[in-house]
Amino acid sequence: MHEGTKYKIERFCKDSLLHLFLIAVAVTCIFPLLWMVGSALKTQQTVFSDMSIIPRHPLWSNFYHAWTKGNFGIYFLNSIFYTVTVVFGIVVVSSLAAFAFSRLQFPGKNVIFYMFLIAMMIPLPGSFVPLYVLMTKLHLVNTRIGYILCMINVGLSFSIYLLKTFFDKMPHALEDASRIDGCSKLGIWWHVALPLARPAIAVIVIFNSLNVWNEYILATLIFSSKSLMPLQRGLMIFQGTHITEYPLLMAGMAITTLPIILVYLLMQKHIIKGITAGTIVG
Amino acid sequence: MRTKSTIENYLFVLPAVLIFSIFYIYPFYKVFTLALCQWDGIAQFSFAKSFIGLRNFKELLMQDRVWWQAMTQAGYITLIALTFQNALALALALACDRDIKGANIYRVIFYIPPVLSGVVVGLVWRWIYDGNYGLLNYWLQNIGLSHLITDWLSNPKTALTSVAVIHCWKGFGWGFIIFLAGLQTIPRQLYEAAKVDGANSWQMFKKVTIPLMVPVFILVSILTILGTMQVFVLILSMTGGGPGYHTEVPVTRILASMVGSSRFGYACSQSIIFGAILMAVSFIQIRLSKYMRQA
Amino acid sequence: MSCSFIVFLSVFLTGCAFEGSAPSAERINVWHWMSDREETFLELAKRYEDETGIKVNFELYAPSEAYAQKIRAAAQTATLPDIFGVLGEKRDLASFIKAGHVYNLTDEMNQDEKIWKRRLFSKALAVNEFRIGSDFGVEPGIYGVPIDVMNIQMIYNKDLLAKVGWDPSNPPQTWDEFLEANRLLRENGIQGLVSGWADIWIIDCLASNYAFNIMGERKVLDTIRGKVPYTDPDWIKVFDLFRQMRDEKLLASGVVTMVNKTAEQLFANNRAAFAFNGSWCVNVYKGMNPDMDYGVMLPPRASGKYPMMIWGGAGSSFMVNANSERIEKAAAFLKWLTDKEQQVFLAKETNNLPANKHSLEDIPEVLSQFADDMDNTTHPNIWGVEEFPVVKETFKKGIQSIIIGEKTPQQLAIEIQAIKERELMKLYEN
Repeated sequence: MHEGTKYKIERFCKDSLLHLFLIAVAVTCIFPLLWMVGSALKTQQTVFSDMSIIPRHPLWSNFYHAWTKGNFGIYFLNSIFYTVTVVFGIVVVSSLAAFAFSRLQFPGKNVIFYMFLIAMMIPLPGSFVPLYVLMTKLHLVNTRIGYILCMINVGLSFSIYLLKTFFDKMPHALEDASRIDGCSKLGIWWHVALPLARPAIAVIVIFNSLNVWNEYILATLIFSSKSLMPLQRGLMIFQGTHITEYPLLMAGMAITTLPIILVYLLMQKHIIKGITAGTIVG
Repeated sequence: MRTKSTIENYLFVLPAVLIFSIFYIYPFYKVFTLALCQWDGIAQFSFAKSFIGLRNFKELLMQDRVWWQAMTQAGYITLIALTFQNALALALALACDRDIKGANIYRVIFYIPPVLSGVVVGLVWRWIYDGNYGLLNYWLQNIGLSHLITDWLSNPKTALTSVAVIHCWKGFGWGFIIFLAGLQTIPRQLYEAAKVDGANSWQMFKKVTIPLMVPVFILVSILTILGTMQVFVLILSMTGGGPGYHTEVPVTRILASMVGSSRFGYACSQSIIFGAILMAVSFIQIRLSKYMRQA
Repeated sequence: MSCSFIVFLSVFLTGCAFEGSAPSAERINVWHWMSDREETFLELAKRYEDETGIKVNFELYAPSEAYAQKIRAAAQTATLPDIFGVLGEKRDLASFIKAGHVYNLTDEMNQDEKIWKRRLFSKALAVNEFRIGSDFGVEPGIYGVPIDVMNIQMIYNKDLLAKVGWDPSNPPQTWDEFLEANRLLRENGIQGLVSGWADIWIIDCLASNYAFNIMGERKVLDTIRGKVPYTDPDWIKVFDLFRQMRDEKLLASGVVTMVNKTAEQLFANNRAAFAFNGSWCVNVYKGMNPDMDYGVMLPPRASGKYPMMIWGGAGSSFMVNANSERIEKAAAFLKWLTDKEQQVFLAKETNNLPANKHSLEDIPEVLSQFADDMDNTTHPNIWGVEEFPVVKETFKKGIQSIIIGEKTPQQLAIEIQAIKERELMKLYEN
């Protein structure tokens, strides 16, 4: 009894300290978000003079204006389409490759793997113009498929590397069992490797969807018609070379941030449930 | 039978290799040839006319002091990110891995900084760092440290560290998620077994968590190095590389050569040297990790 | 799973089916980087279609750095649109012209007794003009149509000046008065000058203004030509002005690493009494603080020897693609765009100075103050010579170093000159 209370008090103190630390960090994360939403409710005149977080007369109409003026409807659909296709493509292509790099044997395996690693390391700026020349030759400029392939390529190296790390960590026992059961390699990839690597795949989905969702430099380069542009193009209307319409920009950003947080909410469950459940089900 | 199996194995990497070779190899090849040329990025390109041998590399390695300053500064930011940012990320991941109240909410909150747009981050942090009306100086004054008050972003002594702090703040969410995913893949049975053996939480951390997390540490640190060395959007919006050259980093220099002074060839040679350095650092990391795992 | 995959694939394929429509023969395509003017441009395109039946398709790309890359890439593949804007220095425009991408508009400008040419500000035209004997080796002519005009001046907040007892109708005219006014402001806890000097070209601009004032145009250009060294006492005087600004605490905190948009935001919120900014600021201030009472003046003279010159000229310009199949139509559209009526509309919508001299009525009072000083403008693009990029960067970054107290004016002068000589040597070797 006495021991139990002591343990409880100790645990309570520990948890309180822990919460204090977590809350302190959390506040710094939430504050800019609040500021963004707050600014979205102000006018261009009050956005930097009214210091209250939520203004007394919130202008909810800013969200509507941002949506219509920024022409978000079409851009939104485009962005959803690009994000879904690119992330799907990356998950399939990179998990196949990472599985092979981790579990299968073939000559030149390391050379090919290091090739992908190296690709992560050379910065993009220098290859911009050559990339455009190439895309023109392949008739991929100003096409959706061109942009999608380009973006798959951008996320590929990183995803392969991350997945390989996680595949390497996984126990071999299950796989051997399935092999005895007569599973093909593709079957092992599908039935064993992918379910086991669920946390890692969730991480890849989170990272790549954010990356695609926020991308616009490559889109600017590849697309000529605005009907093909992603969501970030809509935000550019509010931040020109000289004029920035802060409240509309903030409202627009709040709108664009929402779906990506949603993706995270959906995905993070898989990070948490984790592999332990998978192991037991086998 | 064997060859058939090998071919089958190749099929797994085929899609990746295909996409990779289309979109990387040609631009790579171009960057390499352009690095040997003097070209402004606009004129009709002719290799024979603009070929200048290794002169770009010679200038970069021998004369361009600013480039090496930029490299050191990126190294400095990377060092801070590797230590503080990753320590923070790991600490938060460990905390959220325990079954404490509200872990779910924290997990969502810590992912906010990576999601936020650079514009918002820039505006908020500028306000914090501002010399006259800034939050930071206000606090310092209130807690009696007014001698520390300064203009954080334009004081050459504090500018780089101030930028590094923002970078770490914006980046720790990435490490947090990967660490969390890594921790989740450690089978709970191992902890239970250790508990039965009478291990306390520190011993469990040392004996179970750390050894199993080594590959994830390596992964995160390499991603941190690559991500931080290539930082530039944040720099451009916070300081523009100033004051003087105090917050210049390699990518801002590459952009300055390419767009600012239209020296496309030179920018390509910078990209190559930069890539080579990153490669060397990453491979040292990987080697080190293999050595550590064996030890 | 396999079912959803099929659904997915079909979305993917239909998604690829609705690609952008191919350019029709009757449509003029325009690329530019001013994304904040989209509404205005679209309205103008609509009006043009109503009048002539010709479709104009504006595509705006931001941020401007990405746009700069895009037109360079498009030039390499000969896929530039009918009309586009060139972002960069005069040297870059020259390179576009020499590669055969920009149409020489001189004949069109001179048609019908130069009717087109005569209605535009000559300073604005000069920015896109190459004269006989310029350094660039381009066939002389006019290669771009300015659609608006800008210049960069000193702006002062009348209320703040009045608050410290300085007559706002008589702002400081000389450097000494400027320092004097600043002392008054500082005593009252008001910051002096705010400007976005993380955008280093603005530093270059102010320094260049004073160089013209102290040593005159010829000596400045001779320095670029390599005939006068940067270690000349007059140049050290120019650099020393920045040292004085630092010592007198005249600059608002953080200007060296401040982007211009932040500087504008601070000035609009009465956080500093002076701003060094371009005429586009009228629109910015109007949005943030429409009641602010401010005036425009030339930067205070540091010397009586030569006139103070400010940078100014075309704000944004359009070029016609020399390889376009619709050159005539494109030129006709640009001519229409610089008609009085369209210029009045553009000026009103964007609060910028029109490029057409006859469209100046109806513009706000402050904007006409900017317009009054058009005669005092100059611009690196009309000098006919251009400094080496490396020298320019050392120059601008060096002034930042003076402001943070890292270098003295003399040290900077020596450093710039050393790099200048190195670049000149390289030129000889080639």
